[in-house]
Amino acid sequence: MSEVLVVVDHADGEVKKPTYELLTIARRLGEPAAVFFGSPDKADAVAEKVKRYGAAKVYVVDDAQIKGFLVAPKAEALQQLAEQAQPSAVLLPSSYENKEVAGRLAIKLGSGVITDAVDVEPGEGGPVTTQSVFAGNYTVRAKVTQGTPIITVKPNSAAPEEAEGAGTVEAFSATISDAARGAQVVASQPRQSTGRPELTEAAIVVSGGRGTGGDFAPVEGFADSLGAAVGASRAAVDSGWMPHAYQVGQTGKTVSPQLYVANGISGAIQHRAGMQTSKTIVAVNKDPEAPIFELVDFGVVGDLHAVLPAATEKVNERKG
Amino acid sequence: MNIVVCVKYVPDSTADRRFEDDLTVDRVGVDGLLSELDEYAVEQALQFREKRDGEDITVTVLTVGPEKAVDAARKALQMGADKAVHVVDEAIAGSDYVATSLVLAKAVEKIRETEGSVDLVVCGMASTDGVGSVVPAMLSERLGLPQVTLASVVESQGDQVRIKRDNEGSTEVVGATLPIVLSVTDQSGEARYPSFKGIMAAKKKPLETYSLADLGVDAGQVGLSVAWTQVEDAAARPPRTAGEIVTDEDGSGADALVGFLASKKFI
Ligand SMILES: Cc1cc2nc3c(=O)[nH]c(=O)nc-3n(C[C@H](O)[C@H](O)[C@H](O)COP(=O)(O)OP(=O)(O)OC[C@H]3O[C@@H](n4cnc5c(N)ncnc54)[C@H](O)[C@@H]3O)c2cc1C
Ligand SMILES: Nc1ncnc2c1ncn2[C@@H]1O[C@H](COP(=O)(O)O)[C@@H](O)[C@H]1O
Repeated sequence: MSEVLVVVDHADGEVKKPTYELLTIARRLGEPAAVFFGSPDKADAVAEKVKRYGAAKVYVVDDAQIKGFLVAPKAEALQQLAEQAQPSAVLLPSSYENKEVAGRLAIKLGSGVITDAVDVEPGEGGPVTTQSVFAGNYTVRAKVTQGTPIITVKPNSAAPEEAEGAGTVEAFSATISDAARGAQVVASQPRQSTGRPELTEAAIVVSGGRGTGGDFAPVEGFADSLGAAVGASRAAVDSGWMPHAYQVGQTGKTVSPQLYVANGISGAIQHRAGMQTSKTIVAVNKDPEAPIFELVDFGVVGDLHAVLPAATEKVNERKG
Repeated sequence: MNIVVCVKYVPDSTADRRFEDDLTVDRVGVDGLLSELDEYAVEQALQFREKRDGEDITVTVLTVGPEKAVDAARKALQMGADKAVHVVDEAIAGSDYVATSLVLAKAVEKIRETEGSVDLVVCGMASTDGVGSVVPAMLSERLGLPQVTLASVVESQGDQVRIKRDNEGSTEVVGATLPIVLSVTDQSGEARYPSFKGIMAAKKKPLETYSLADLGVDAGQVGLSVAWTQVEDAAARPPRTAGEIVTDEDGSGADALVGFLASKKFI
């Protein structure tokens, strides 16, 4: 069975959930081989994690020489690895960075690339992807017809399923050209953790928009009562009320949680683009004509400053 | 110094976007415009020039697309770009990212030939129809230039460029030496509106049209029939079934909301 390369999503060796989703998907297509860009002393810990989701191999690419140089070196390393391993597909968790890696890799390998798949199934002549396009208004199925299919897959595209893999660790030493190191990170400031779940991975997202008037406390309080991540519309971000990292929509994050609660958000097409595929959608908005109500499973016409604090209290009561 | 700004003509996102029978995006039947996200690229190119008062900098906009795509180039000229290049060829229709980036790269090379150099290629963060965010990286790969992407702030001095960008878990400053491929986000600052003067001036600005042959690209390398990805089917998402809407009166909204969430086992 041919290998399917899965690029591991991790923060300093802490493996993130999309990795397990991708390994689960990779098992439908072939034999998953995880590719870990990171420090070799974290390799065994990573291997322990990913083998539980079926990784037969774990290629370790020491990132000491490449971190801080954006995406070009990663694409080079993946090209060399792909030429050695001859995988039947390369899967990457969708992020801006990985989409760029995928794009470069496609050109290097002479392969087609598909971005932001929400599902991947085996098909005749290779994997068939599902994508959600035009702000979620269309569902498109596509496949790569040339070279090694390179596919980036959005978070929450599969439920991780455990399956024991060998998890054999194999160091891969890539040769990185000087040209690939043309752009360098000269300073980096980590964002402070809020202690809340990560926006793109969360099962529940509670967002606020211009209708908060700049006071996100009701939104955050309600989010915390539900154990949810907090999101924001671009209007709220542009007003400086929330950092850009919280933005949901076309130019922010795409989320696809079990539950999305939009508060004081009108539901512009660019916002929908980032949340329309949520399983259940709820909105609180004082305007009964707000377009967001066309999307909802449940809506409250009312002032979020009254509704959310009262709801928060009730949820907390129920939890006891 | 020469700057090339890549702008795409896209179907209006607020219109009823759809597919043709051959499953390519309908770019003719739906109103199109200069991708809003590429307006930020034009803006940053113009600001780059304005901040370097006294230097001789030419801003050329480049678009690859059907006849009507010339409108996108025109708008950029109205905003203040100096020249425009429109690559139009029937064979291009249905091209995927790989082919589009090939045509763009060849066009940049052609501009380099005519202008003597290309020091900076500026792109938007994504096209509003495809939303791939891959073309800038592909262009960088093809042109062999460093990529400095997703900038929210752009600064330059001499041949050094520094940008600020939001990464997954951090905010970064990235540096590179010209020539580079740059992409900018919608956080980089509002794009200007064309002024009346700008609209009048644009009419006299040079606008070149190139075919694939002019760029030395073989028609067999691009277009739907040779695309390295193939769409099998496209289905309109079934409309969501109308949900329940309640009006809050004296706290009834919170009760109903919590009741709903509990019934769905979210609490
Ligand atoms: C290229 C491009 C990309 C974009 N990308 C994004 C994106 O990624 N994400 C995004 O969100 N937007 C994006 N936008 C912007 C988008 O078009 C909208 O402008 C934006 O989503 C509006 O945010 P909003 O709903 O918070 O504000 P508004 O549209 O102003 O809506 C505010 C809502 O709050 C309600 N309200 C007011 N007060 C209260 C109250 N006390 N209680 C309850 N409800 C109240 C109002 O009735 C109204 O419906 C993009 C636009 C462009 C052109
Ligand atoms: N057909 C095109 N013509 C000119 N520029 C393009 C074209 N397609 C993509 N681009 C540029 O590449 C950026 C990213 O596009 P994409 O990768 O399609 O999301 C856009 O913002 C444009 O700057």
